[in-house]
Amino acid sequence: MNKAVALLQEKFPEEVVEVVEFRGDTAIEVKPDRLVSICAALKDGHDTGFKYLSMIAGMDYSPASPRFGVVYNLYSHKHHDRITLKTRLADDLAPVIDSVAKVWSTANWHEREIYDMMGIRFNGHPDLRRILMPADWAGYPQRKDYPLRGQ
Amino acid sequence: MGIEEHLGHNVLTTTLEKLVDWGRKNSLWPATFGLACCAIEMICTAANRWDIARFGMEAFRASPRQADVIIIAGTVVKKMMPAIQRVYDQMSEPKWVIAMGACATSGGIFDSYAVVQGIDKYLPVDVYVPGCPPRPEGLLYGILKLHEQILRDPFLTQRYKEGLQARREVAA
Repeated sequence: MNKAVALLQEKFPEEVVEVVEFRGDTAIEVKPDRLVSICAALKDGHDTGFKYLSMIAGMDYSPASPRFGVVYNLYSHKHHDRITLKTRLADDLAPVIDSVAKVWSTANWHEREIYDMMGIRFNGHPDLRRILMPADWAGYPQRKDYPLRGQ
Repeated sequence: MGIEEHLGHNVLTTTLEKLVDWGRKNSLWPATFGLACCAIEMICTAANRWDIARFGMEAFRASPRQADVIIIAGTVVKKMMPAIQRVYDQMSEPKWVIAMGACATSGGIFDSYAVVQGIDKYLPVDVYVPGCPPRPEGLLYGILKLHEQILRDPFLTQRYKEGLQARREVAA
């Protein structure tokens, strides 16, 4: 079993929703409430050491509910190991999740991009504003209900 | 040995307008402004194989205040549009605009919320160069077409300002 899965099942047994192993890749779905603690544990754990946050992706699963999700791709240089950490956000109208910018500072811009494109807000983010679109842009272009040619 | 020998001690007469237009046509200074892959072709046009200096255009100006023509070379996103408008406004009259490539002409393949669907929604374009991207020969052909157009321009009118004003009134 992946060390990250073992760590989460030991420390956060209530939070783990699902673990999927597919051709050597591990994806863990967790509840969003204690995400920051989970990320910090994965980063600092001796057997995990996911010091590097490769990417954060915002997801729009429309028309499913919960509609929005956030996916974190982590990498451990120490163990040459990758995992995918997934969450689904409860609120379909005003999706919100805690920021992990204090755990990995690279999350700062990744989360701004997701806010810009998907309209997912990040609690505790140091500077949550649009990063790609003009500051006065209305709407969130990467949402599935956003028209391709703009509003 | 020079051209003086053939001309002899003669007098050439022309109109001031023709002289000015001829001078303008042969010393168009482009604003240094590249946006996407078309800019690479524009740079090639300036390099030795195609040599834009043959048309008096080798002085790519980094300041729009010293430029006569702006070549919109590439995809214009809406976030970039205020900067382009500002560069264009800073150019002194008379000034010309070349829309280079499919994106600057019509938005090209980027039929999307983020991309301006043709620079002519904002700027008065004089010459459109099709292609994705156009080869340097294509850009040079467009430049020659602009030369023909400049030779026909009356040189003391406010044609460009009036044209821009008319477009703004239509848009408003």
